Amino acid sequence: MTAITDTNESTIVVEQASGSMPRHHLVIFALLLLLSLAAPFFLYPVFLMKVMCFALFACALNLLLGFGGLLSFGHAAFFGSAAYVSAHAARVWGLTPEVAIILGTLSAAVLGAVIGLLAIRRQGIYFAMVTLAFAQMVYFAALQAPFTGGEDGIQNVPRGDLFGAISMRSDFSLYFVVLVITFGGLLAIYRIIHSPFGQVLKAIRENEPRAISLGYRVNSYKLTVFVLSATFAGLAGATKAIVFQLASLTDVYWTMSGEVVLMVLLGGMGTVFGPLVGAAVIVTMQNYLASFGAWVTIIQGCIFVISVMLFREGIVGVIAKWIRKPL
Amino acid sequence: MKKIGFLVASLVASLFASTAFADVAVKLGVLNDRSGVYSDLAGEGSVVAAQMAVEDYKAADKGITVEIISADHQNKPDIASNIARQWYDQDGVDAILDVPTSSAALAVAEITREKNKIFLNSGGGTSDLTGKACSPNTVHWTYDSWQLAHGTASAVVANGGKKWFFVTADYAFGQAMERDATEVVKEGGGEVVGSIRHPFPGTDFSSYLLQAQSSGAQVVAFANAGGDTINSVKQASEFGLAQSGQQLAGLLVFANDVHSLGLQTAQGLMLTESFYWDLNDQTREWSARFEEKMNKKPSMVQAGVYASVLHYLKAVEALGDKDATKVMAKMKETPTDDILFGKGMIRADGRKIHQSYLFQVKKPEESKGEWDLYNLVSTIPAEQSFRPLDKGGCSLIK
Repeated sequence: MTAITDTNESTIVVEQASGSMPRHHLVIFALLLLLSLAAPFFLYPVFLMKVMCFALFACALNLLLGFGGLLSFGHAAFFGSAAYVSAHAARVWGLTPEVAIILGTLSAAVLGAVIGLLAIRRQGIYFAMVTLAFAQMVYFAALQAPFTGGEDGIQNVPRGDLFGAISMRSDFSLYFVVLVITFGGLLAIYRIIHSPFGQVLKAIRENEPRAISLGYRVNSYKLTVFVLSATFAGLAGATKAIVFQLASLTDVYWTMSGEVVLMVLLGGMGTVFGPLVGAAVIVTMQNYLASFGAWVTIIQGCIFVISVMLFREGIVGVIAKWIRKPL
Repeated sequence: MKKIGFLVASLVASLFASTAFADVAVKLGVLNDRSGVYSDLAGEGSVVAAQMAVEDYKAADKGITVEIISADHQNKPDIASNIARQWYDQDGVDAILDVPTSSAALAVAEITREKNKIFLNSGGGTSDLTGKACSPNTVHWTYDSWQLAHGTASAVVANGGKKWFFVTADYAFGQAMERDATEVVKEGGGEVVGSIRHPFPGTDFSSYLLQAQSSGAQVVAFANAGGDTINSVKQASEFGLAQSGQQLAGLLVFANDVHSLGLQTAQGLMLTESFYWDLNDQTREWSARFEEKMNKKPSMVQAGVYASVLHYLKAVEALGDKDATKVMAKMKETPTDDILFGKGMIRADGRKIHQSYLFQVKKPEESKGEWDLYNLVSTIPAEQSFRPLDKGGCSLIK
């Protein structure tokens, strides 16, 4: 029974893979790219863009949770605040989408630095609770601040022209922009994970006192990964706001934080490709089961229970164990 | 998306082939809350109302094939906009119906404008739909927040309720309602002795109600909606606000809310609606047919879905075409006339104009049945029911 085995087993395998990209990762990345280039010809582009935004969001959380060992329960704060900032920048200030997205991402990074600075002083459940508390504060601000439009959110955000020149009005052209952003984000996260910095992170995750005794300044590592994770979450949120032309309270609500944790766990925490799979599964479910309304949450809950009981490493984690290669 | 499988066979239609045969296939999407707080108000009942409209209009005989699909937007603007986009892009939906929850309605209005389709709103409340956010593709059929707040406030002020206290949900919609109603109170020579904002959504209103009680106000008005209204009215009854001589006024209350509150709790509450099942023989007859299918009386939102579908089909039949621009023009130039809302029209800003009614919730001993909820206090004529055309700030009005 896989449930009994240590969850770290699959992730330990990942750690061996440092340096240049192993061949099977290269193959998977190439396949992913091919798949996503072909996908909009067969599937609804807006749906695919949603999958990509959430995939990036899940990867961002995975960086913190899977590799830093820090469970943040408030990542919606970064996702949502970046969405609000980029929506506001594009709609009210009339900035081009790429500038709006950058601004949104930066704001998430700043917010990440502030929240991270306070949150990393605590560990385990307290860390999770502190992040949740801050996320609720951000939610409250989003509900009350004059520029966020309360429960209406910021609607009718113009997609605008990329670099002021290329129109993104068609779903098709926007799709490829989102593809570039997501893929870029994914590769950057991959690089971070497999850098010396990433190795130290994993060391801290496995045994913090030992890392301290080796002379690493653990807190600055933790803060750095927290800010990085917040930044990528912000990138996802800012992009999402442009894609859906909407930033709403859903983006900052605590259920969003929970949903992204679910994506990571379902796909496989601490794997490179797990969050992608998790995000794809959850978003597809939400999309095709939308007519069941509130039942979606119940179904999600059941799936979560099943995944915890039967395959705790997540979908990709289990596959990685089968093929005995880190994914 | 769930298919209701409501397909009128074209085979039957071909048998009746006659003059002025339209031969158009339209697809309508009912997008509303099917599982949450507004599922009672809108939900499946709105789908049934739309189907009834198609049946009553005998669309098949007139060569119009109608398919109705539905989905749950869970009162979230992001889900609503996703579904709307997908319906227009992929599923070939021609018009979206209902859409309660203002934020979701605004989102759908924008996408409808972008895709040049038709949005027949019945459930959404915000008067911005025909104001700041007005669109040539929107018809706002049943009610709006301006209408309800004005109707109730002006009538209560006219009846001598001069000193007001507001219990307001602390978000944009609640504040807007308070602002609208305050205007009316001041115009009518009344004064606002106090107001308090409660967090949204709220559950414990005791401290706010105690302040309202001790404020010396004659009227306590609730500028909130849905579950907040139900909770605050319930608790107001526990604190005995009505018994101590204060008049309660709901700025956004529906018959379903009153029904679930019960007359014991809600008695004496003043409110405005555009439709009530017990208005006349026609509304009673229609509501009885509705009740057969849904086991409850229709809300004004569901009635609005019915009436708006009828008017839409009328325009499609007259044109023999479903092109959104043409149909919208036709709908606006044709006066509306149906059994539920009577005679009316659709204004240039998309606002549907009809009478509205000021009701007071009956005392339990006055009620003759489960759904016998209201006493009609007064009828507000159509031209006074809604915000004047030039006051909304709609860009379509020059």
